Amino acid sequence: MRVSLFVSCLVDQVRPEAGISAVKVLKQAGCDVSFPQGQTCCGQPAFNSGHLPEACRVASSFLEVFADAEVIVVPSGSCAAMISHMPSLFAEGSREKELAEAIARKTHEFSSFLVNNLGVQNLGARFAGRVVWHDACHALRDLHIKSGPRRLLAEVEDLELVNWSASDACCGFGGTFAVKHPDISVAILDSKLKELETLGVDAVASGDAGCLMQIEGRLDRQRSSIQGLHLAEILASR
Amino acid sequence: MKAPLSPERFESQAAEALNDTQLQDALQKATGLFAEKRGAAVDACEEWDSLREHARLIKEHTLLHLDEYLENFAAQAEASGVQVHWARDGEEACRVIEDIARNANATRLVKSKSMTTEEIHLNKALQVAEIDPVETDLGEWIIQLAGETPSHIIAPAIHKSKEQIADLFVEKLAIEPTTEVEELAATARKSLRRHFAEADLGVSGVNFAVAETGSILILENEGNARMTTTLPKIHIALMGVEKVIPRFADLAVFLRLLPRSGTGQKITTYQSILTGNPRPSDEEGPNQIHVVILDNGRTGMLAKAVTRQALNCIRCGACLNVCPVYQQVGGHAYGSVYPGPIGAVITPQLTGIEKTSRLPFASSLCGACRDACPVGIDIPELLLHLRAEIISRQSRLSARIAFRMWAWAMVKPWRYSLSTNLARAFPFLLPVGRWKVNRSFPGLAPNSFRKWWKDSS
Ligand code: SF4
Repeated sequence: MRVSLFVSCLVDQVRPEAGISAVKVLKQAGCDVSFPQGQTCCGQPAFNSGHLPEACRVASSFLEVFADAEVIVVPSGSCAAMISHMPSLFAEGSREKELAEAIARKTHEFSSFLVNNLGVQNLGARFAGRVVWHDACHALRDLHIKSGPRRLLAEVEDLELVNWSASDACCGFGGTFAVKHPDISVAILDSKLKELETLGVDAVASGDAGCLMQIEGRLDRQRSSIQGLHLAEILASR
Repeated sequence: MKAPLSPERFESQAAEALNDTQLQDALQKATGLFAEKRGAAVDACEEWDSLREHARLIKEHTLLHLDEYLENFAAQAEASGVQVHWARDGEEACRVIEDIARNANATRLVKSKSMTTEEIHLNKALQVAEIDPVETDLGEWIIQLAGETPSHIIAPAIHKSKEQIADLFVEKLAIEPTTEVEELAATARKSLRRHFAEADLGVSGVNFAVAETGSILILENEGNARMTTTLPKIHIALMGVEKVIPRFADLAVFLRLLPRSGTGQKITTYQSILTGNPRPSDEEGPNQIHVVILDNGRTGMLAKAVTRQALNCIRCGACLNVCPVYQQVGGHAYGSVYPGPIGAVITPQLTGIEKTSRLPFASSLCGACRDACPVGIDIPELLLHLRAEIISRQSRLSARIAFRMWAWAMVKPWRYSLSTNLARAFPFLLPVGRWKVNRSFPGLAPNSFRKWWKDSS
């Protein structure tokens, strides 16, 4: 299957290894992966901050870049959710709205694409360690992604998926919220992480680079040895 | 003396809440317990999703024909002997209630729990008119004794620990120190009983108003609303226009949703269905029954579907309990009568965005409120809608310029590469200062993904 990858600006600039891993995993699953060079951002930071004209401009340029894609895969739940919201940015009956609707239909979050579209679960990955899963809010509540990533992780050799009662609690990231309200953001995170150190895990895995930056940033500040990993990074490890 | 709470000071009020360990303790315990009970009640209710959808449809239909249903309700209520009053805003509603009291020479007033009376600041207005209101819901009574405002829509004293309440009783009621909940409740009961016996007037809220029959419904667990509405000779019920539902049968839907969402109960201890019928003066029960129907900004929300949905709200409080921000900062931080997610979306609509523009930004947009809401309000959608409105009307120039520049850079890949490489060379350009207060920041990767792609193909 021919897949166009939208890596998201965050993965592109801050966590390229998640994108590189996603490419490896998709190829392993038999996809012909391309990376449309014109891509930048989906417009989410502006959309969530209420700057709609700017969100529109960036979304329009996203739509142009991906207009001809057959299937778009995104290693981020929140960007995939943003793409699903894109039609709401454009006027009823406009060409852009139609395009946004068409693109929303062919866009898939990474784990959901593997499980639901390709029907794969075991990709021959091996990762030795105890891991908890963090449900990113937009993946969980906008896209209803819950069991897919867990099934993928369960198939990884030597990986022990540990149950975490706070796995579906918000990590406090919320994009610009994390910078606008740093204290509330971290208080939310700390209450999510309360139990983590008692679980004896090696890593927190998630499908969103934003959440991982938040969680890792705090764990690092607390000198914890627990690391953050993108799902793709685990699935690509051997 | 502490400055009064204000939505304009959300940040500092939130900071204060985060530093208050006793508050933190009380909040986490209470919201956790509420959310857990709600979860269990919802899981045990097989038809939950269809009930929610049904409720949403009833609300949507009612709101699209609000004028008709309100008129039907008023006509039916009047036919059963109720005096119906219409109030455009809070001031008018307070005046109506004061006038009723004045005409009857009533000075002693008991109240059962009602957020709508909080919204119109009825107690303050009554005190100015030399009428002495006494709250009879235990939580509200505690708050009144403490001279505070509710911090939760169904559990007004949620921010207080048992010990704080005991101290308050010792100070205000001169009781012997105790932290036995039973003893504290008995103290309250004794004190309140006297007020019930003496009251000339009872003021209540309304959970649902049935257009078909002119009945009002009040749900509660303590029995104080039943006493408030039946002991004094005058009963006044205050309701927002959105409380009306078309048929008696619709209650079958809402009565299953509300208690489960609020406290995790299948049914509340008391459900009073009041359909007019004032008694002759020499019989027990009120001889005057009034219903005050309040707009106070609500009809302004009817025009658009996105804002109209906020009027579906049945004030169950579920969205507060599951909200990660509310769980950390509590209700007072919002500085508005209605706190939490629903407060953040209705306060700017009821009172204007000028002083409340911070509230819609006090959310991580996690969506837990939308999942919990029993009447299908898409609160994140509303938050985004309000954010856009606020930005288009009053954003700071610096923020506007920053986002313009950002969009300029994002629409052309060469500009994007140029600016990200600039930020790589001069990391101080990245607007992440406050991130680093309490988290490490990874910085930009030495090589971007696109560079890897180019190099490897
Ligand atoms: S918005 Fe929904 S969850 Fe929140 S109080 Fe209203 S009905 Fe309950």
